[in-house]
Amino acid sequence: MELNLLTFLYLIASITFIVGLKMLSHPATARNGNRVAAIGMTLAILGTIFLYEEDGARLGNYVWIFGGILIGTITGTLAAKRVKMTAMPEMVSLFNGMGGACAALISLVEFDHLAHMDPMMAGVLLMSAGGASAVKGFLLIIVLGLIIGSVSFAGSIIAWGKLNGSIKDFSFKGQHIFNILLLAVIVVLAVYLIVFLPANAVLIFYTIFFLSLLYGIFFVFPIGGADMPVVISLLNSFTGVAAACGGFLYDNKVMLTGGILVGAAGTLLTILMCKAMNRSLTNVLIGSFGGSSVGVSSAGAVGTHKEISLSDTAVLMSYASKVYIVPGYGLAVAQAQHACHELEKLLTSKGVDVKYAIHPVAGRMPGHMNVLLAEADVSYEKLLEMEQANEEFSTTDVVLILGANDVVNPAAKSDPASPIYGMPILDVELAKHVIVNKRSMKPGYAGIENELFFRPKTSMLFGDAKKVLQDLVAEIKNL
Amino acid sequence: MEQLLSWISLHQEILYVVILMIFVGIEVIGRVPSVLHTPLMSGANAIHGVVIIGAIIVMGKASSSNYLALVLGFIAVIVGTLNVVGGFVVTDRMLEMFSKKKKKS
Repeated sequence: MELNLLTFLYLIASITFIVGLKMLSHPATARNGNRVAAIGMTLAILGTIFLYEEDGARLGNYVWIFGGILIGTITGTLAAKRVKMTAMPEMVSLFNGMGGACAALISLVEFDHLAHMDPMMAGVLLMSAGGASAVKGFLLIIVLGLIIGSVSFAGSIIAWGKLNGSIKDFSFKGQHIFNILLLAVIVVLAVYLIVFLPANAVLIFYTIFFLSLLYGIFFVFPIGGADMPVVISLLNSFTGVAAACGGFLYDNKVMLTGGILVGAAGTLLTILMCKAMNRSLTNVLIGSFGGSSVGVSSAGAVGTHKEISLSDTAVLMSYASKVYIVPGYGLAVAQAQHACHELEKLLTSKGVDVKYAIHPVAGRMPGHMNVLLAEADVSYEKLLEMEQANEEFSTTDVVLILGANDVVNPAAKSDPASPIYGMPILDVELAKHVIVNKRSMKPGYAGIENELFFRPKTSMLFGDAKKVLQDLVAEIKNL
Repeated sequence: MEQLLSWISLHQEILYVVILMIFVGIEVIGRVPSVLHTPLMSGANAIHGVVIIGAIIVMGKASSSNYLALVLGFIAVIVGTLNVVGGFVVTDRMLEMFSKKKKKS
C-alpha cells in the first residue's frame, strides 16, 4: 500500500515537472509553473523520506536526512533571497553546480558499496550469466553519473567565479587539444574499468573522478565571460542527465523523468540561446578564444572622443521627437532603472516618443534588461526587441546608451578578428545623435575597444548611470 | 552483443521512458520567447534537483558504521537541497518581476 502510494506520488511529481516546464515557457503562466513544479518536488521528497522501502527495509538516519535538508533549505533560501538581481545568473550556476556535486557524491557512495560487496557474492554474481552484465550495467551508470556530475560541478563553479569576476579568462595554446585528450583518457579509463573490472578498480575510479573535475574546469576556462549564460544552460542539461543516471541506479522513475526532461529541454534551450545571439554552439565553445588575444591588440584603434555636458544632453533630448534608450549592464550595476523610468516619463510628458531598444544579450543574461526595467514599472510596449529597434533607428533623433558596450560595437560587423564578430548588434549609428553614458572609457565585458565611441556622431557623458540620469531629469525640469 | 540485447530487453521500460521524455522535453519548451530564457533555465535547474531523492536514499541506507557513506551522503543531501530550494526561490524571484509588469499594463 505504502509503496503504491509512493509510486503514485512519483507519478504526480513527474507530471508536475512536465506541466511546470510547459508553463514556464509562457510569460503569463511562468510563475505558477515554477510553483507547480516545486509542489511536485516537495511531494516526491517527502514521499521518499517516509515511504521508500528497499528489500522491505525503511530508510534510516532520519536525523541526518532532516539535518541536511534543514541546512540546505535555510542556506538556499537565504542565498536566493539576498542575491542582487545583477548576480542572478551566477547564483543559478552555483545551484546547478550543487546538483552536479550531489549526483557525483551519490556515485561515489554507490561505488563504495559495490567495491565492498562480499567477494563471495560478487564472485557468484559475476559467474552467473546475467549477473556479470548486471554488475557492469550498474557500474556503467555509476561511472556515467560520476563523470557528468563532476564535470557539471567543476564547470559550474568556474562559471560562477567568472561571472562574479573572481576568476579571469585563462587559456593556453593547444588547450582544445588538451581538453579533447583529457576527455579521451576519461572515456578510455571508464571503458577499461567497466569491461574488465580490473583489480585496481578503486584507484581507476578515483582517477576518473579527479580527471572529470579537471575536465570541467578546463572546459569552461577558455570560454568568454559574455557566453557564460550559454555554458550554464549547457551544464544545466548535463546535471539533468546526471540526475537521470540516479534514476537508472535506483530504478526511480521520477528522477529519470525529471533528469531526462531537463537534459533534453536544457540542450534545446542552449541551442535557442545561441540562436538568439546568432552564433552556433561550437562557435561559443571553441571559437571564443584565440580570437580574443588577437582582437584586443588589433582593436586598439585609439582616437579622440568628445564629451557632452549634462545641459546640452537635456536640451538635445527634450527637443527631440524620437529618443531610444539602450540599456546595458552598467544600468543594472548602478541600479538606475527607476531613474531611467523617471527620465522616460518626463520626456514623454514633453511629447517625446521614448522607447527602449533591448539587445537579446544585453546585461549578463537573456532577459536581464526586461526584468530590470519591469521592476521599475516600465510598460511592456516600450521595450522593443533588436530587430524592431534596428528598423527604427534611422528615424531616431537621439540614442542614449546607458552602460551598454559590446551590444553596440560596430566591430561585430566590420572586424573579422574581433571576438564578438558575427554577433548581431543594435545599429545605433543610424540615428542622428548617439549619447553614451559610461563610467569611463574602459572596454566592456568582452575586453575590446569600441570604435563607436570615437565616431563623430557620438558624444560621451561620463558618470554613474543613476547619478547622471537623476541630474539629467533635474536639468530637463529646469529648462 | 548478446549482453547488450539482453540488457536492452531487461530495461526496455526505462528506455522507453528516456526516449519519450527526450521528445517531451524538446516539445514542451519549443516556442519560448527569448525574454524567458533565463527564468526557464533557472526553473529547469531546480527540477533536476530531483537528484536529491537519490541522496536521501543513499543517506537512509547508509549503515551507522560506514562513515564514508554517512558523510558523503549527508553532504549530498545538503547540496541537493540547495539545488532544489535555491533553484525554485531564485526562479520565483525572477518571475516576480514579470508578474509586476503584467499588472501594470
